[in-house]
Amino acid sequence: MIEAQNISKAFDGKEVIKDISITFDQGKTNLIIGASGTGKSVLLKCIVGLIQPDQGHVLFDGRDFTNAGKNLKTQIRREIGMLFQGGALFDSMTVEENVMFPLNVLTTMEKEEKLDRVNHCLERVELTNVNTKMPSELSGGMKKRVGIARAIVNHSKYLFCDEPNSGLDPQTSITIDNLIKEITEELNITTVVVTHDMNSVMEIGNKVSFIHQGQKLWEGNNESIFDCEVKELQDFIFANNLMRNVKRQRS
Amino acid sequence: MASLGRFILFVGSMFVRRESFLTYVRLTVNEGIKIGINSIFIVSIVSIFIGAVTTLQTAYNLVSPFIPNYVISLVVRDMTILELAPTVMAIVYAGKVGSNIAGELGTMRISEQIDALEVMGINSASYLVLPKIIASFFMYPMLVVLSAFLCITGGYLAGTLTGTLTGYEYVYGIRYEFVEWNVTFALIKSFTFALVVASISAYKGYFTSGGALEVGQASTAAVTNSCIGILTADFLLTKLLI
Repeated sequence: MIEAQNISKAFDGKEVIKDISITFDQGKTNLIIGASGTGKSVLLKCIVGLIQPDQGHVLFDGRDFTNAGKNLKTQIRREIGMLFQGGALFDSMTVEENVMFPLNVLTTMEKEEKLDRVNHCLERVELTNVNTKMPSELSGGMKKRVGIARAIVNHSKYLFCDEPNSGLDPQTSITIDNLIKEITEELNITTVVVTHDMNSVMEIGNKVSFIHQGQKLWEGNNESIFDCEVKELQDFIFANNLMRNVKRQRS
Repeated sequence: MASLGRFILFVGSMFVRRESFLTYVRLTVNEGIKIGINSIFIVSIVSIFIGAVTTLQTAYNLVSPFIPNYVISLVVRDMTILELAPTVMAIVYAGKVGSNIAGELGTMRISEQIDALEVMGINSASYLVLPKIIASFFMYPMLVVLSAFLCITGGYLAGTLTGTLTGYEYVYGIRYEFVEWNVTFALIKSFTFALVVASISAYKGYFTSGGALEVGQASTAAVTNSCIGILTADFLLTKLLI
């Protein structure tokens, strides 16, 4: 479980995150949703420690990450897997080397053992015969899958996904969403997904937090989201016809 | 002053939370190949031509019949060891290796690859930059030695093939009143310039933000600032050591 408590962050005097508190449950896909520029990614970066929040704490299973010493911080970070918006695969390495990278640097495993683990993870994300390919030879969806494989290869306890569906076609988006959900349940990890894709909310939103202009305005799940009375969230959800139709059908 | 402080903190951050020694050995060897071996071609071409041109231009300027021909190669030798090989090559090195380091790190920064390392609990400054600096520290002096040899060889070829002086005169001049300290001085300069180029370029690349435009600007700034750093260090070392 991850607890973000009273997180605030300002850049050049402009408050981007305003006193946000969210709890992310273990074994669930926890979604942070909101329109572009509302501070979702900044919040995610505050949680994983890429940005130091001005105020507040982040607790990973009760361990204070924000004020942790170097050793504890490194230990917690090594339990984190993250899928970045563009995949963030290392350009100079093959797919296999990319996925094996955390094992090479963070463990003392034998080469065969590492290779087995890498192949297992690649199979899990439905990628075969791509071990020797370079990231530049992969499609957007494949890059995301390799990113997921790299994020889970070291048996991460926490998985963070920043806009996992950006730039993907609807079918590939659904595949990635399902993959994230299945992995979360299978490995019983705490997954946090930042997205503005309503399809993702409907597919995998076990727990959903809505952020608007740096503030958390609503929390619930993909079932209760249609019954919310927060105007900003309604504007966000029903911005497209598809969601309006879904609501009509449900009611 | 803020940039200087940030640069010092950046250099300091490389020495905390390091990975295993073997990891650095592997990375340093890879960087050594990239930085050193891949620079041999350009260094060789530039050195041979600089040596050849220096010989011909020195001969052109020494028109007095009272000055023996071997003075030409003596001038080429001292110019090569004191300035051309360590300093001029450092400018070439900054253009090739410095811009490469800044471009690579800048691209890694904007494509979130550095963030990915940090999230994994790896000290990205130490992991990415320290091997480049160590590799540069060891490879650049070797390039300087090669450059000096090829520069003098280029001078020999140009001098003898154009009939400016004989091979005997050239070799006599090269050996005439040779000061060993000059070689030590050139090596001290080369170690210093290696650190200047690698650290300034890495700093510029590592703190890139934005997009492709900013990566290009970081590469340009890396070369420009490295050149200023090289020339300043050159002046200070010459003042202090000669």
